Amino acid sequence: MSSSDLIMYEEEFSRIDEELQKLYVQTNAMVVFLVDKNGQLIASAGDTSDIDTTSLASLTAGNIAATGGIARLLGEKEFTILFHEGEKENIHISLIGQRVILVVIFDKRSSLGLVRLRVKKASEAFVKIFSDITSKSEKVKSSDSFDESPFAEISDEDIDNLFK
Amino acid sequence: MSFINYSSREINCKIVYYGPGLCGKTTNLQYVYKKTNPDQKGKLISLATETERTLFFDFLPLALGDIKGFKVRFHLYTVPGQVFYAASRKLILKGVDGVVFVADSQIERMEANIESLDDLRINLAEQGYDLDKLPYTVQYNKRDLPNIAPVESMNKLLNPREVPYFEGVAVTGPGVFETLKNVAKQVLTELKKHY
Repeated sequence: MSSSDLIMYEEEFSRIDEELQKLYVQTNAMVVFLVDKNGQLIASAGDTSDIDTTSLASLTAGNIAATGGIARLLGEKEFTILFHEGEKENIHISLIGQRVILVVIFDKRSSLGLVRLRVKKASEAFVKIFSDITSKSEKVKSSDSFDESPFAEISDEDIDNLFK
Repeated sequence: MSFINYSSREINCKIVYYGPGLCGKTTNLQYVYKKTNPDQKGKLISLATETERTLFFDFLPLALGDIKGFKVRFHLYTVPGQVFYAASRKLILKGVDGVVFVADSQIERMEANIESLDDLRINLAEQGYDLDKLPYTVQYNKRDLPNIAPVESMNKLLNPREVPYFEGVAVTGPGVFETLKNVAKQVLTELKKHY
């Protein structure tokens, strides 16, 4: 498996959650999401009950990937910010540290300027958290100390049971 | 790239269905969607043209169940098969954990199969993957049609490494779940090796 597997522990998850909650309040947003570049939802803040978060995460990642493809065609490394304006709701998407995608959905109670400003601040915090996550998983991997690995005792039967 | 979340106790893996245009990648996903319990699946998203050709990708999230207290989720993706969507195909392979190659069994599509397989190998290499080291399953689709190549000769052409292969009729279902189950099993076995 690729060395870039993302492994999230309780401690880092609560740090992420805290930052997201802060951003959610500061931007006056409707919802704030953090999505892995491959389309998997990492965490969210705000009321997500009306939103299909899994699909949103996958499409956002597809969006960033397509935009990244366009950037490279033009000789740019990446376009780090995408903004879509709707009649009532807007979505601000930004790529953080080449690794995760921060999504802010907001309406007229907020503004693009405010979102941009706060996202920039929050990005720095997220870059730090994710570099900690990377070094932590490398440390754990090299020390072979995966004591609570869910895979250690996984059997063929466990896998077969998934498909029953 | 799988995502293992110890906080929410979830494992997420990405499986990509690859193959030439009109080989039945989307049809595979549609069948899986149709036959899965509503509580195990999310929405099937298709980014397609007006004529129902895949434009960017199809996406189907599946929550299969638990292993050792961890929720196991698979995200199934298809690529657009048509040759000129090469740039999009490349993007979808990012972070892939397992690949299903869907081959069209009709004799006249053999060349398209070979071309698509070469394309898969090259695109994976560009992302730093080696097809020979990835969890990988082959499906010979459209076995219900009259003008099909025998499995032995398809194996020789498309599967020299003899990875697991299945005969399929994605429209009506034979082979669809067998293929998915096989690749999923390989992905989880691979995870087990590394963690």
